[in-house]
Amino acid sequence: MAMEITPILLSAQSLDAKVRNEAEANLRQFQEQNLPLFLLSLSVELANNEKPNESRRLAGIVLKNSLDAKDAMRKEHLVQQWMVIEISIKSQIKDLLLRTLGSSVQEARHTSAQVIAKVASIEVPRKQWPELIGSLLNNMTQQDGPAALKQATLETLGYVCEEISSQELVQDEVNNVLTAVVQGMNLAQHGPEVRLAATRALYNALEFAQTNFENEMERNYIMKVVCETALSKEAEIRQAAFECLVSIASTYYDVLEPYMQTLFQLTSNAVKGDEETVALQAIEFWSSICDEEIELQEYMSTESGDSGPVHSQFIKKALSSLVPMLLETLLKQEEDQDQDDSIWNLSMAGGTCLGLVARTVGDDVVPLVMPFVEANIVKQDWHCREAATFAFGSILEGPSIDKLTPLVNAGLDFLLNAMKDENNHVKDTTAWTLSRVFELLHSPANGFSVICPENLHRIVAVLLESVNDAPHVAEKVCGAIYYLAQGYEDAESGSSLLSPCLPGIISQLLKTAERTDGGDSKLRSSAYETLNEVVRSSNIVETSHIITELLPVIMNKLGQTLDLQIVTSDDREKQGDVQASLCGVLQVIIQKLSSADETKPIILQASDPIMILFLRVLACRSSTVHEEAMLAIGALAYASGPEFGKYMPELYKYLEMGLQNFEEYQVCAITVGVVGDICRAMDDKVLPYCDGIMSHLIHDLQSAELHRSVKPPIFSCFGDIALAIGEQFLKYIESAITMMHSAAQICAQMNTSDEEFIDYGNQLKRSIFEAYSGILQGFKNSKPEVMLPHAGHLLQFIELVFRESQRDESVTKAAVAVMGDLADSLGSNTKILFRDNTFYVDFLGECLQSDDEQLKETANWTQVMIARVMVS
Amino acid sequence: MAPHDLRRPFKRAAISDQQRRRDLTLQRQAQGRRDAQQQARCLASTVLSLQSQSTQPEYEPDIELEPESLPDLLPEQEESGASSKDLDVRHASKLKGAEARKWFARQLMLPEWMIDVPDCLAQDWYVFARPAGKRCFVVSSNGTTVSRQRNGSILHRFPSALPNGAKTRDVSGPSQSYSILDCIFHEPDQTYYVIDMVCWRGYSLYDCTAEFRFFWLNSKLGETGACSPPSFYHKYRFSTVPIYNCDQSGLSSAYTGALPYVKDGLLFYNKHAHYQTGNTPLALVWKDENCSQYVIDTDSKGQVPSQQQVVLELQDDGKLITSDDPPVVFGCLDLDFIQKEIFYVLLLVMEVEFVDGKLEKVDLHYLGKVNRARAFPDSYSKMLEALILYEKKGKKKLTTGGIQISYAICFFEHAFSLV
Repeated sequence: MAMEITPILLSAQSLDAKVRNEAEANLRQFQEQNLPLFLLSLSVELANNEKPNESRRLAGIVLKNSLDAKDAMRKEHLVQQWMVIEISIKSQIKDLLLRTLGSSVQEARHTSAQVIAKVASIEVPRKQWPELIGSLLNNMTQQDGPAALKQATLETLGYVCEEISSQELVQDEVNNVLTAVVQGMNLAQHGPEVRLAATRALYNALEFAQTNFENEMERNYIMKVVCETALSKEAEIRQAAFECLVSIASTYYDVLEPYMQTLFQLTSNAVKGDEETVALQAIEFWSSICDEEIELQEYMSTESGDSGPVHSQFIKKALSSLVPMLLETLLKQEEDQDQDDSIWNLSMAGGTCLGLVARTVGDDVVPLVMPFVEANIVKQDWHCREAATFAFGSILEGPSIDKLTPLVNAGLDFLLNAMKDENNHVKDTTAWTLSRVFELLHSPANGFSVICPENLHRIVAVLLESVNDAPHVAEKVCGAIYYLAQGYEDAESGSSLLSPCLPGIISQLLKTAERTDGGDSKLRSSAYETLNEVVRSSNIVETSHIITELLPVIMNKLGQTLDLQIVTSDDREKQGDVQASLCGVLQVIIQKLSSADETKPIILQASDPIMILFLRVLACRSSTVHEEAMLAIGALAYASGPEFGKYMPELYKYLEMGLQNFEEYQVCAITVGVVGDICRAMDDKVLPYCDGIMSHLIHDLQSAELHRSVKPPIFSCFGDIALAIGEQFLKYIESAITMMHSAAQICAQMNTSDEEFIDYGNQLKRSIFEAYSGILQGFKNSKPEVMLPHAGHLLQFIELVFRESQRDESVTKAAVAVMGDLADSLGSNTKILFRDNTFYVDFLGECLQSDDEQLKETANWTQVMIARVMVS
Repeated sequence: MAPHDLRRPFKRAAISDQQRRRDLTLQRQAQGRRDAQQQARCLASTVLSLQSQSTQPEYEPDIELEPESLPDLLPEQEESGASSKDLDVRHASKLKGAEARKWFARQLMLPEWMIDVPDCLAQDWYVFARPAGKRCFVVSSNGTTVSRQRNGSILHRFPSALPNGAKTRDVSGPSQSYSILDCIFHEPDQTYYVIDMVCWRGYSLYDCTAEFRFFWLNSKLGETGACSPPSFYHKYRFSTVPIYNCDQSGLSSAYTGALPYVKDGLLFYNKHAHYQTGNTPLALVWKDENCSQYVIDTDSKGQVPSQQQVVLELQDDGKLITSDDPPVVFGCLDLDFIQKEIFYVLLLVMEVEFVDGKLEKVDLHYLGKVNRARAFPDSYSKMLEALILYEKKGKKKLTTGGIQISYAICFFEHAFSLV
């Protein structure tokens, strides 16, 4: 019944574009006209050992793409299509796929394994392929089964575990899978291909092994096999085994105690003597242990009581051996490693792990590291100097300020001198270390800083000279300037020590942004980002004239980008990058200058030319630029107030474009926020644009394609619009409330065990309340009765949120405020409602007990509003 | 081999300024939304709320509300659709001297003189005996309490048991929230008698009915310990006043009942009225010789002088007006002998003539400048009341326009004679 499609599949790979296009069109047509037959034919092709590899390969790829897609919408569509295919055809396809696992052609087996996992991801959760695990295990238990079949089967098991969640298999199946996989790792019985496949399969199956890891015997057995595998003759297998250990370190941290001695030996030997790919995984094992312990420490510091998970202090216990081991790795740098982002080597992994160790144990790391720093920092070999500096920079986060301050005070001058080292790696790491020093040990607002008026001048002089160094060094220097400036933000005294240095810093950063020797845009964007922080953290009183002068300079630069000749796509990309950076700088300047009464007029006077620039930038249409320009436009709207209305006729189409940009959802999210800014700026003058805006917002909410993170801001935006246009919101009320109802329903049904969902749920709840608040207040003065039919539902939703055990404070605030809005807006109409829903008394009581003043005040207001209703 | 995603930021400052800009923008937008909603909730309806909106802790919130320092505290809301009330606030905060005092004085609700008996008096009105003393508003905030008189000048600055009224180890911790009470300071027992509650713990009661405000006042004031005798952290005692419904028993209790304070007339408050600053016909004052010592100007020997003094405001065009809104114009004054640049509120001697119940002709003679502490002209009803009492004393006969006035007098004479 299947169609013979080999020629088409081969033609589709033809070098002749005409032939290729025709074949592709044929395949598409076939797919659209008869999907079941199409998929069956592809499976037949894949399963048939007589067919050429090329056509089988393409058949496999097309099959896979017919079952899965990156885009969630498309994926859902494919799943639906698969589900409606007749069962007998699906069975044939699945049989063919399983049969292919025994093929003599490695590539066909591999492709088939992947396709089986895709089918499993659809069918296993729906209990539609109960025999899958059984048939795979059957392949493993055949005594004389070919190694190739076993290898492919193990690979399939691994992929299946990767695709489905651990709840989808019953414990018996899990046990059997694990047994099969662990047996596959057995040295005596299997060759390297099978053992590699088994070890990789175990990596994916570990998540399923919760119950088995609770059982000491089973756990001991699994650990024994993994540790033995980590000593295999084949490096690839050792690496896979260490990858398993890394995963075990984070998944089963709490049961590792008995194995740590062995694991330390194993990893330590690997770090010292094994091949780099293996050694990197061995270091990663310790980094993962640090991650676990840091998380435990954070968890313990927030949760009191001793019922929490166990902290085994592995890092603390291993510290005296672990730190020397890591310090050794620092000396294994590669030439030019700083110039390539894709490099990841032993010294990088070791330094990163050392930083995590410092964060885990704090002060204790310092005496173990400082002798290494002191011994190596003056050596002839640059490797030693770089390693010493890197070690020092790595331990700056974790130990106490008191412990670090004297060390940094003693070493700061040395570091400044090292910016003139003859070696670029040393300078790069020194600049990075300086940025860490300023980030972590320079906070005048909190009463500590290693910088004083006496050394500031020298620091700035060194940084401004070094920013002219090689691009990768200059980039790190920008980071140092960034944190230097940031430290002075919110400084206690009315004056910033940095103010006199600002003209020099700004002009050097502008010069750095103009450099063309960077090869890519990284140095330019670092320079502009640093400029942003310098402006943001400056003292407005002392530097307003400097920032005022900067405004036309940046506007001019942005204007120049519009006149650039755009020939290639590279040109366009570069134009977009520069425009995005410059829009960012303008946004920061607008916010800074409009934050003070004295300087705000400067922005208002320049708003016409600024806005014209933004509109021209938007016309260039690149998504990053769109986002940056929108952010800046929001700042301008906030500063301009009702005057902003004059830009709306021009701006509106870009707002519409933004609101419809599902693909780059950040653009959509920012645009939604800017609509809110515009509502607050224009008040009811925004009315003429509301029909369009509301219909886009509703459409956005209905879209399954749009990233869900954009949806909460849309509800908040409803509130902004309603508050701005008051009773005119009447025409949107029905559609808005419908959306709010269903979102409230989603909140009620949401799975609250998933952390990611908790966060999203909180955002959604808060934004629904904000929408109600805006609408209630908007109607308060003219048509409060409009909201009367919805009062009961709202109060129910508030109660639902009140009853939740884990309630975010921001949600509580919004809930208690909207309760006040309800009473305030609807007045005595809500008397019966409140009388019948007395939970509000407990809710207010809880809020009034809070330590949060803002919450207490809001609760107080709500109490007044409800009491007013109750005595009316 | 590629590093673990977590390890990516190797030796790279984890700065994403774009993310930072996004976050800061979201913060600004959330703040903007909060401000807009708070404004809609009328939380920003008094000058004092500016303190709690200030997000800049380095500014020591200014309890005295010195006009010079207020601009710094102002949130940027002028352009973002602030209500006229807020614009008032913004404007007022920049006022100085007499203008400032005048503005602060407008924060109090001022009763009109009762020249007519309202309909449904018994159902819709409260009555209470006004304590004799200085009318002031008392503000507690940031660990201090300040009382300001009608003219805006400070009467006392003291610690009190009002919320945030003293620098104690308050369980609630430091707070920017404030309370405003409408009080009369009664000298003899050094007590602040609270006659109305304007704001409580940061929330405005301006838009609440008198019924609710009195309910709230009576249930909340006691909780704070403000009614306790003075102590180190509580320099003056506060007290509520007994408030009655305007039925006969209520009227007689207020009129003749024994009270711990010296009475100065009766105040009538409409139960449904909001706290409205300035003169309002929904709060009325009655004074006669039975319930007040301060009915009418008397000389040092207690004799009523032959002429009554009134205070009117002189406008640029020479018109003299009362404090009413809209003001009643009393014609023009001969400007020749007035330094109008210096004195805008004048003390005058008044002789009047009524035609058809309306004050038609006034003879006013300039007496001199008004005491600086007095920033306000008198209201029309005060002038009428002065005339009624004048007439009652037989000094002068009112020939027309006395119908309503006579009715009012009869009503009270009747009501009070029942006691």
